[in-house]
Amino acid sequence: MNAVNVSKLRDIVRARRFFALVRKETFQLLRDPSSILIAFVLPVILLFLFGYGVSLDTGRTRIGLVIEEQTPLADDLSASFKGSRYFDVLEGRDRRNFDAKLVSGEIRGIIIIPARFASDFAARVNPEIQVIVDGSDTNTASFVQNYAQGVVASWVAIRSVEAGAQEGGSTSPISVEQRFWFNQELTSRFFLVPGSIAIVMTLVGTLLTSLVIAREWERGTMEAMMATPVTSAELLMGKILPYFVLGILSMTLCVIIAVFLFSVPFRGSILALYLLSAAFLVPALGQGLLISAATKNQFLASQLALISAFLPAFLLSGFLFEINSMPVAIQWITFIVPARYLIPSLQTLFLAGDIWPMFLKAMAVMLFIGSIFFILAARSTRKRID
Amino acid sequence: MMLPDDNIQSEFVRLSGISKSFGQNSPALKNVSGIVQGGKITGLVGPDGAGKTTLIRLITGLMQPDVGSISVVGFDTKTDAPSIQGLIGYMPQRFGLYEDLTVQENLNLYADLRSLPLNERTAAFDELLTFTDLKRFTNRLAGQLSGGMKQKLGLACALLKKPKLLLLDEPGVGVDPISRRDLWKMVKNLTKDGIAVVWSTAYLDEAEACDTVLLLNKGELLFFGPPIELTSRVKGRVFKLTGISGSRRLALSRILDRQDVVDGVIQGEAVRIVTTADMNGNDLADTAGKNAKLHAAEPRFEDAFVDMLGGGPGGRSKLAEAAPRIDDQKGKLVIQANGLTKRFGDFTAADGITFDIPRGQIFGLLGPNGAGKSTTFKMLCGLLKPTQGEGRVAGFDLRRDGAEARNRLGYMAQKFSLYGDLSVRQNLDFFAGVYGLSGTRKRERISLMSEIFSFAARDNMPTRDLPLGLKQRLALACAVMHEPEALFLDEPTSGVDPITRREFWTHINGLVEKGVTVLVTTHFMDEAEYCDRISLIYRGRSIALGSPDELKAGVATKQQPDPTMEDAFIALVEASEREAAA
Amino acid sequence: MWWTRLKALIIKELLAVLRDPKSRTILIVPPIIQLLVFSYAATLEVRNVDILVLNRDSGHWSEELIKRIEGSPTFRSFSHTQDQSRVQDSISNQAVIAALEIGSTFSRDIEAGRPATVQIILDGRKSNASQIVAGYLSQIVGRLSLETPSGMKTQNTMINVVPRNWFNPNLDFQWFMVPNLIASIAMLIGLIVTALSIARERELGTFDQLIVSPLRTHEIVIGKLIPPMMIGIFHMTMYLLAAIFLFQIPFRGSLIYLYGGGIIYLAAIVGIGLFISALSKTQQQAILGAFLFIVPAILLSGFATPIENMPQWLQPITLINPLRYFLVIIKGLFLKDIGPFEVLHQTIPLALIAVVTLSAAAWLFRRRLE
Repeated sequence: MNAVNVSKLRDIVRARRFFALVRKETFQLLRDPSSILIAFVLPVILLFLFGYGVSLDTGRTRIGLVIEEQTPLADDLSASFKGSRYFDVLEGRDRRNFDAKLVSGEIRGIIIIPARFASDFAARVNPEIQVIVDGSDTNTASFVQNYAQGVVASWVAIRSVEAGAQEGGSTSPISVEQRFWFNQELTSRFFLVPGSIAIVMTLVGTLLTSLVIAREWERGTMEAMMATPVTSAELLMGKILPYFVLGILSMTLCVIIAVFLFSVPFRGSILALYLLSAAFLVPALGQGLLISAATKNQFLASQLALISAFLPAFLLSGFLFEINSMPVAIQWITFIVPARYLIPSLQTLFLAGDIWPMFLKAMAVMLFIGSIFFILAARSTRKRID
Repeated sequence: MMLPDDNIQSEFVRLSGISKSFGQNSPALKNVSGIVQGGKITGLVGPDGAGKTTLIRLITGLMQPDVGSISVVGFDTKTDAPSIQGLIGYMPQRFGLYEDLTVQENLNLYADLRSLPLNERTAAFDELLTFTDLKRFTNRLAGQLSGGMKQKLGLACALLKKPKLLLLDEPGVGVDPISRRDLWKMVKNLTKDGIAVVWSTAYLDEAEACDTVLLLNKGELLFFGPPIELTSRVKGRVFKLTGISGSRRLALSRILDRQDVVDGVIQGEAVRIVTTADMNGNDLADTAGKNAKLHAAEPRFEDAFVDMLGGGPGGRSKLAEAAPRIDDQKGKLVIQANGLTKRFGDFTAADGITFDIPRGQIFGLLGPNGAGKSTTFKMLCGLLKPTQGEGRVAGFDLRRDGAEARNRLGYMAQKFSLYGDLSVRQNLDFFAGVYGLSGTRKRERISLMSEIFSFAARDNMPTRDLPLGLKQRLALACAVMHEPEALFLDEPTSGVDPITRREFWTHINGLVEKGVTVLVTTHFMDEAEYCDRISLIYRGRSIALGSPDELKAGVATKQQPDPTMEDAFIALVEASEREAAA
Repeated sequence: MWWTRLKALIIKELLAVLRDPKSRTILIVPPIIQLLVFSYAATLEVRNVDILVLNRDSGHWSEELIKRIEGSPTFRSFSHTQDQSRVQDSISNQAVIAALEIGSTFSRDIEAGRPATVQIILDGRKSNASQIVAGYLSQIVGRLSLETPSGMKTQNTMINVVPRNWFNPNLDFQWFMVPNLIASIAMLIGLIVTALSIARERELGTFDQLIVSPLRTHEIVIGKLIPPMMIGIFHMTMYLLAAIFLFQIPFRGSLIYLYGGGIIYLAAIVGIGLFISALSKTQQQAILGAFLFIVPAILLSGFATPIENMPQWLQPITLINPLRYFLVIIKGLFLKDIGPFEVLHQTIPLALIAVVTLSAAAWLFRRRLE
């Protein structure tokens, strides 16, 4: 046998060992209902919740409308409120009827059209409309305020157009023309659904992987593996590859649901989608591997995965909350959260299309973070038991 | 690279002055040296915590010794671990199987990992599956195999691509005598091909069958050589005492307190004794009544081991002495099983099991893994509800008056189900509390237990970190704290060293003499000998019921006039199998 | 007698969680860090906004407009360009969230009394933030427009909309976030601790030990219920102190109602945890099961978005979510001083959830004996 043949033979042996590990992991994965639950059921639930339930677009908010006088002008303004697509109006004459409802959260705000509204308006004495909101829910409170202001402003505009037609005056001197690129209708689903795909991949890549490897340590099968000629690199890679594939499959499922069920536009390329997801799975799996190697215990592994991967992917990634608005110290923490790089890229991929400079930068950073995790994990999983 | 000569007597493993410690604890191994030879079974023998597993891991190269060196088939474990791992077969304690893969998938996996060439596979699988008798189960998940079958599969996986050195870490734990005997035969066959086998065990009867023994205790090498060499130290000092009048338990207790007795255990109606060299035979027989006779007996490895450690504990049980005598209604049936049947779907795990245990008796449940003995045991202590039939403890129906019945029973399980995170004292407090002890009585009982079992020094230690022997004592203390009428023991001494086991049985014997009733399950045939009566459960039915001597006598043949308990066990199971086949 | 047994079980459960320094740390440190990090991080307010300005006008009015935007605390950085393609790039790459375009005739139009237009281009991928930015910019433009010559004329036809924020005068986001986080973190820890409690004992074999003891099923359930509730109460107290003294959030309601409602809330959480635990065969299943409950429970609680804005078919599902009820109680007591009737109204469903889940858990262990 010459040297070339020997090395070729060695490669074949290695490849076979490696695929045996991959096959084993795949069988186990397919037979454990809890993995399937996390990889395919939870993503569907999450996507449905973000697709249907949890939209950040306010629908109709219930408010109380107090009209303290009965004049055609007040009725006209109140008709504007009732006609608004943002409000669900309960009408009344006395504010006191609404106070308790505001406390109990039955209504989110009270709008008061005061007595003498019509006469003040006619006399150009700048009548006041009071908007009382429930500040305990700050988001809804600001929405109610803004929309109430909007209703009043457009009512005034219409009145002045009507008046202008008589007096020959003009409308607002400076108008603002807003254009929302990529998401003209501002549908929150369009950016929440791509974001939740990153959360799903974090769950599969980090939580599931760390649990499964910790379980091998607990059950003692890791030891049996280590006493065979398998190298530790093969061992780690053999565990990771199936979860990598699972992550990609789970992502594909999410994308199909997003595009076909929730009609989220997909303007980028499939290539970019898979490249980005693959790059993200590197740090996600690396983190899972590191956690399990460091703890070797399912309870601690799940806690650490929750605290260090899942919650940050949710809260510190720009998914729900603007990173720029956070205090500087917390902004620094977000730099090591891989989801922070994936989420804007995915949103872009879906809504804007391929913007390669952005994608390449994100992939480079994710791979860098990933390689650090892998180096640390390989260090703590040297082929030793002690 | 040159391998050493493959002749059968060559040295496969050389341990030179190995020491290994973990953290602050006392060293796991202290200056151990020895040799493992090809074509022989080398027993790695010692109680739990002796350092057996550590030594095996050192041989595989998964760990490195702090001091000393190990060479395995010519390679040093420090520098050549990968080469060693290509040449050995290793079966770790829980067999290293993936429970969610099938038998065939487990074999395929290990074949790939050990790079068994494809063209050799069919033959190798066929041979191993025939050898282990697993052919019928290739598509079954490993998790659904019985303990004995898992063990065989574990062995088959370790034997793929015939290793030069086979390392088996406690292959006999939790496995019934039949499976153990099968395994032993298989391994014996392997040595004929020149394979070196290292078999670690806490069972001293297994040790006796090895070619060479490395006897470890607390990390120190006590003995290295053929077992017969060790056994010879007690030659002429081992006797069997028969014809005991009155309670053999009381007789044993008296005998053990004598200065000239090193060790003694009950064997059915007789007592087996190891004496000092200067004992007085007649005087000894007299302690057991007029008709008692002393016969010389064949020394065993265990006798020698106990002798080497300076003899067993005495015959007095402080625990029993402190216990009140329960002698109301003599002969009352304390534990009753009446047609106990348990079905899981269309599988009948236990079928019409019936027996009674009168006060002050020890009753044993024996049987192969998965035969229904644990199911029966669990039904009788309230862990499972019977599908049919009833169980009673102290006259209370477990179904209707479960809590009353449970108040009168003590329970000790094979895994020492104490709370590992809690300290010794906290465990005692907890068990006293759940059995309703409070105030002065609780304090008295706890301090009594601490005194009897000398827990005081370790009161604040987490139970998890206790040595196994102490865990076992603590489990017993927790089970008897509330002075139960009935004790349920589920493989109570599995893995425990012989000295602690003797101490345990001294307490149990003492308590039984005070009127406590005991139900015990065990795989240890020595332990079965302590029972007054035994029920052998097989395929969900009781196939034999009687005293140990009756069962043994029942299977005696011309070829085997004096069968052991293990022989009886195997013969009875095989007979039942023949009957079922006919 | 029963009390002795129960006491022993409760002490054991507490020791099992608190004796081990590692699990003690896991119970105390991460929750505090979570409260601190997330109450600062989880803000829907928009600050530190970067925008790009493309000004083709050289007159006074565009200069004035830019000055005002620069003066607003919301905006962090400005870049100027004359290049249309840079607008495209900066928005696409998310270098800025918005671009302001002012046409070359802007000042002239204003001076001449003609309608003038500014264009704002926003990044719709961040629809929420960009909407808020658009609002800020429109307000600034609106105010400026009042000062234009033609604006001065129409000014007196304006209506003043006077906002009044009850309960939270400055609409401080933390006043909203911290009570929400207290309730959610209490659920997160409570569920994981209890979900493991039975599954772990079963894996270690100690559960059999409990069953053969004279403890009755309901005693085991109560014994498993009380310790996590005590831990939960401790956490709530810790958070309450942090909320009041660290975050300076007013607590206006009655502490008695808070603890009363809190105890029932914790009972409901522990009930769900024990139910999951009794259902699982292994610790892994228990952990993943708890997880499968926690994620939807937080999303469907009214924490991030009001329940009434969810689709009709989804709203009934929130009725079995304990967090939904306790959020009303805790936010109500912190900021609104709600009364006993309102607290009771939310507590009754919690009590129902607790009773149902605890009975189901008890039924499940008994069934395990079959």
